[in-house]
Amino acid sequence: MAHPYMPNSTPDARAAMMRAAGVTDVDELFEQIPADHLAAEPIALGDGVRAEASVRRHVRRLLDRNDSCAENLNFLGAGCWQHYVPAVCDEIASRSEFLTPVWGTPSSDHGRNQAWFEYASQLGELVGMDFVGLPVYSWGAAAGHAIRMAARMTGRREVVVPATLDPERLAVIRTYCGGEGGEAIAVVVARHDPDTGRLDLADLEAKVGDATAAVYLETPNHLGVVEADAAAVARLARGHGAETIVGVDPISLGVLKPPSEYGADITVGTTQPLGVHMNAGGGVGGFIATRDEERYAREYPTLQVSLADTRVPGERAFGMTLFHQTSYGSREEGNDWTGNSVYLWTVVNAVYMALMGPRGFADIGATIAANSAYAARRIGTVPGVSVRWPSGFFKEFVVDFTATGRTVAQVNAALRARGIFGGKDLSADFPELGQAALYCVTEIHTADDITALVSALHEVVAA
Amino acid sequence: MNSFPRRYHAAVWDEPLIMEQGAPGRRGTVPPGPIEAAGDLLPEGMRRTTPPALPEVAEPDVLRHYLRLSQQTMGMIGISLFGTCTMKYNPRVGELLAARDQLAEIHPHQDDAAIQGLLEIVHEFDLMLRELSGMGRFIFQAGGGAAAAYVHACVTRAYHESRGELAQRRDVITTAQAHPCNPATAAAAGFNVITLPVERDGYPSLDALRAVVGDGTASLMINNPDDMGIYNPHIKEWVDLVHEAGGLCFYDHANFNGVMGRIRAAELGFDACMFMLHKTFGAPKGGGGPAVGAYGCTPELEPFLPGPLVVRTDSGYERRENEAGVGRVREFLGNLPQVVKAYSWTLAMGADGIREAADISVLANNYMETRLLAIPGVTKSFDHLTARRLEMTRYSLGEYTEETGVTAVDVQNRMTDYGVDAFWLSHEPWIVPEPFTPEAGEGWSKEDIDYWIDVLAHVMEEGRTDPELVRSAPHNQVVAQIDTASLDDPARWATTWRAYRRKNERENERQNEREVTA
Amino acid sequence: MTPRLGLVVNPIAGMGGRVGLHGTDGPALEAAIRRGAVAVAPHRARRALERLRALAPDVPVLAAEGPLGGDHVTGGVAEILPRTRTGPTTAEDTREAVRRMADAGVALVLFAGGDGTARDVVEAAGTSVPVLGVPSGVKMHSGVFATGPEAAGETAARFLARPGACRDAEVVDLAGDGPRVFGVARVPDAGSALQRAKAFTARSGDADLAALGREVAGEMRDDRLYLLGPGTTVAHVNAALGLPASLLGVDAVLGGRLVTEDASETELLALLAEHPAATLVLGVVGGQGFLLGRGNQQLSATVLDAVGAGHIEILADRGKVAALDPPVLRIDVGDEHATAPITGYRKVRTGRGRSTVLRIVAEGLSRSPGP
Repeated sequence: MAHPYMPNSTPDARAAMMRAAGVTDVDELFEQIPADHLAAEPIALGDGVRAEASVRRHVRRLLDRNDSCAENLNFLGAGCWQHYVPAVCDEIASRSEFLTPVWGTPSSDHGRNQAWFEYASQLGELVGMDFVGLPVYSWGAAAGHAIRMAARMTGRREVVVPATLDPERLAVIRTYCGGEGGEAIAVVVARHDPDTGRLDLADLEAKVGDATAAVYLETPNHLGVVEADAAAVARLARGHGAETIVGVDPISLGVLKPPSEYGADITVGTTQPLGVHMNAGGGVGGFIATRDEERYAREYPTLQVSLADTRVPGERAFGMTLFHQTSYGSREEGNDWTGNSVYLWTVVNAVYMALMGPRGFADIGATIAANSAYAARRIGTVPGVSVRWPSGFFKEFVVDFTATGRTVAQVNAALRARGIFGGKDLSADFPELGQAALYCVTEIHTADDITALVSALHEVVAA
Repeated sequence: MNSFPRRYHAAVWDEPLIMEQGAPGRRGTVPPGPIEAAGDLLPEGMRRTTPPALPEVAEPDVLRHYLRLSQQTMGMIGISLFGTCTMKYNPRVGELLAARDQLAEIHPHQDDAAIQGLLEIVHEFDLMLRELSGMGRFIFQAGGGAAAAYVHACVTRAYHESRGELAQRRDVITTAQAHPCNPATAAAAGFNVITLPVERDGYPSLDALRAVVGDGTASLMINNPDDMGIYNPHIKEWVDLVHEAGGLCFYDHANFNGVMGRIRAAELGFDACMFMLHKTFGAPKGGGGPAVGAYGCTPELEPFLPGPLVVRTDSGYERRENEAGVGRVREFLGNLPQVVKAYSWTLAMGADGIREAADISVLANNYMETRLLAIPGVTKSFDHLTARRLEMTRYSLGEYTEETGVTAVDVQNRMTDYGVDAFWLSHEPWIVPEPFTPEAGEGWSKEDIDYWIDVLAHVMEEGRTDPELVRSAPHNQVVAQIDTASLDDPARWATTWRAYRRKNERENERQNEREVTA
Repeated sequence: MTPRLGLVVNPIAGMGGRVGLHGTDGPALEAAIRRGAVAVAPHRARRALERLRALAPDVPVLAAEGPLGGDHVTGGVAEILPRTRTGPTTAEDTREAVRRMADAGVALVLFAGGDGTARDVVEAAGTSVPVLGVPSGVKMHSGVFATGPEAAGETAARFLARPGACRDAEVVDLAGDGPRVFGVARVPDAGSALQRAKAFTARSGDADLAALGREVAGEMRDDRLYLLGPGTTVAHVNAALGLPASLLGVDAVLGGRLVTEDASETELLALLAEHPAATLVLGVVGGQGFLLGRGNQQLSATVLDAVGAGHIEILADRGKVAALDPPVLRIDVGDEHATAPITGYRKVRTGRGRSTVLRIVAEGLSRSPGP
């Protein structure tokens, strides 16, 4: 029986092509492969399931064993965040023209290239920077590439990062900085101030020096705290000839300053909150943005779309700028490497930013700041439960359960039985914080949601 | 009977940039308001004072704008035999499954117990790839094929470090026709790169390898076949040679489509391999991701894999950190929607379908070859090699260009005027002039393949009678041929609208000054 | 002032090719004509100009008179540079025209011919004015040629629209028994446009070679003699050391200092007698993969023997390596004893931490393949 995915899986089509190609048996076409290279045993995968209904039912039943954040109440963040995805984002993401293509020409890819340009342009407005590359795999990957850019630009081999960094992201950065001999970039960790949750400037000053290629900081940082001294950090870095790399969550940039205004040289961050579902972590993406200066532009490892002219006066097209400095253009002489990335999400990000506009970003920022502050205040009323840094945070905050005598693991197990996903357990990665969890509250949470959480916490700590 | 060629014209909307649209006060979406009104919660010095200059556009207008942009993208609606990327049909049932809340609305930090179905799919798909490759374990963290090559470079680093030999083993050996991601990721991981040239047999010689392999060898990173469709029959000796010297061997299976079901990487002696779920396994390309480079390795290398690993236990599936591993190459488990789609595709194909797909893919390539070589001006790389090529081959328009001055890029541009999107030229370096590398795969009908070839022949004939028509193409596309002159000019390139406006304001000012002076 | 293009055509270039001759130098021309050769260069020059005119209709052209240029210009603004000599055209016509175009301030000299023409052009122009070749000869080993007539027209149009960066390119020709570098020209740094027409420009190899030069220089030991061979690739090592390079000859370096510039065989042998621990750094010259042999007689069999095959470092531009078909390097020093140890597969360095492996074959360079 012909397979529905393969138009030529009919005897007639095969026969016609075989006749034209001059073969009588398809196996003749594999003459190049020596007999002793052929698989020892046939592939044991079972026969294909041609009925779509059967495939769909089988996979759906497996997926249905998952408990999602749609029917449970979720307070997990830490590198992937639950935000509302407007329906138009999903509609555009499902368009075959964007979903399935590879490369065409600048003329036949025009619509997609324009969407990519609109992504970069709108993101550039949010972060206050003129040069924006197409995204990379994740925030960690963006930070890793940015650190490598800074190392190449300065010829130095050290980066100073904050101790509050997400261990998941730090692990990616460490991989990107790895190497041997001349290639390795040492990752130096600067302490944070336990009273404020912010970078400890004195410790930073001690660690930044003539070997520092870049200082990397995030605001809000992984523990939710806004780095109020970001400008001082950037000044310190500049004073030592180091680049300042700032990591941001762009959803905050309707209410928080663009990094360009406090001294960032390179801005990186996540693209997932901009209209992409969490997808079990498969929604993440990262961006890199800088001033439009050759010194930076020539170190980008990414593809970039540039507005250009066509043969027709007044007509616009979009082409790849600085393509030759990618690994596609120059193999191992390119900057790091380039491959498939998350370009479908790039289109979605463009749609999201266009839907939001300046008011949308201001509103969502205000709502997230207010909702997370509201939730923190109410959670802090639960006996034995406190909020580590009760002000100056955005979206995420640290909840300390130490005084309840319970571990976060115990609390979260009990919450889960009540249909609630408690905050990310920090006790292993940040033992100095005690039995602490990172709670994420966004625009999707309602007063009822917080009430449900707080009542559940009352029960859990009292039990 | 339709006449040839079919009438075609791309959608032309003259669609302005979204930044040029809208009007003050319009809203595309309104986020929920705060639970309760709050004052200024953020540190004063860090508050935004100037709103971002984003467009203000109503929801229907945003929708229609991006629908128009989608129409201004040919994508896979036309015919695209884009070689090396193995463009095939992406079953839409995978999209419906991936869009379910039970995948889309899963948070990666959820407890293992809450995502058992997902972990089971990951594990089951790992088993399927093990069956196809003979490897001991697969991970899906890498967000594309290049990232999987990078995983290998990092695993190589960790492996030699564990044996105290990293300082000595500095060389990664690859070939001139291996995908650029191999040398590039090796270099990014800090290795020296030795590139073996392709010789008369269509692959590098064993002696060339022998000349550089030794106690400095960290790993071999190689495709087989590469984009030439030529299979290196000495690959086992290559692997043995590298192993004897203490190096690792990585099989970039970007061109798996022509050999799937027939060979297993581990049986050839490789320590690791990579499959691309977004090409070979039916998941959509997304215009360049989200993608998955599934990296598989032997049990010996498993301790060095980035974590977490998905393991099956008596009480279900769990994610387990890999203590001696390379940490992470990317956050979380990977693009799991693509894994679910690839799993669905593999179920639907089965062992019989996968083997048939390889058969049809190689048959279609050989069928194409017969027809393409009948077109005057088309030549095949290494045409002294008579053995049948696998799923794709590199052709050349060099003779045609010499005759007419019309290049492969010109031909490519003109073909888009007939609804046939770009062919792949060649990765760097070009070893034949004016290269092109079509790949039919198993997803295109014979009629489509024929049409593609007919269009190529037609365009080449146009180039003989009216070269300027082809050189100035396209003429039926969304926009005319791009003028690339500004792309690498720092004074004119513009990756954002704000940069474009700034540079053009300056340009306008300069022009005004000139006029005043004159 | 609008940048002007200078145009010189060697009307007899390329005539030898289809009749089995290796050039149209001197007596070969008569032989070529006897065998029924037809002019190649004029037609190819016209193709290049057509392309140029399509892209840049208003570029003013300053063309040498008659068959040397002016005859092939159609349309657009053109000025003719009158010929001062009489009789059949010769190489001196080319040289004189190029000199006068440089004096007239053209932004680029476009010439149609082969290696012999390139020699004349570079002899006259030096590095004072950028040049670009329309490949029309029998031998084209020099790095000054575009990949085809249309590519030449495109590169010229682009360069004249915005005169920009140039790079050094070797002018190589077969002379006597082998190829040698006759000079260095400045050519538009059009990336791959010089070699092929493409949607994207490729990276210029100069930065990679500079890094390689620094790497090689960094590895040098004070107590070792280094002989730096001819060509622009090895010149990057001189540059990294802050030393001048005699592009056409061999420079001897010891302790970071230049001890002999453009050394003769006798001088090299004397140095090697005094400093037996020595390394010879060789570049690949021209497009056919020549490691210099008899063309540079100072690198004699005796010199190579004294250095030792194990102490020869080969550097090559990645672009040149990619263009080698087949991927072999050729040597011919006319001495089996000195040659044998050098042949076989050898590592060739193409960048910092980057290398390839090429087969070195010994063969009479005079028997090197024609077109």
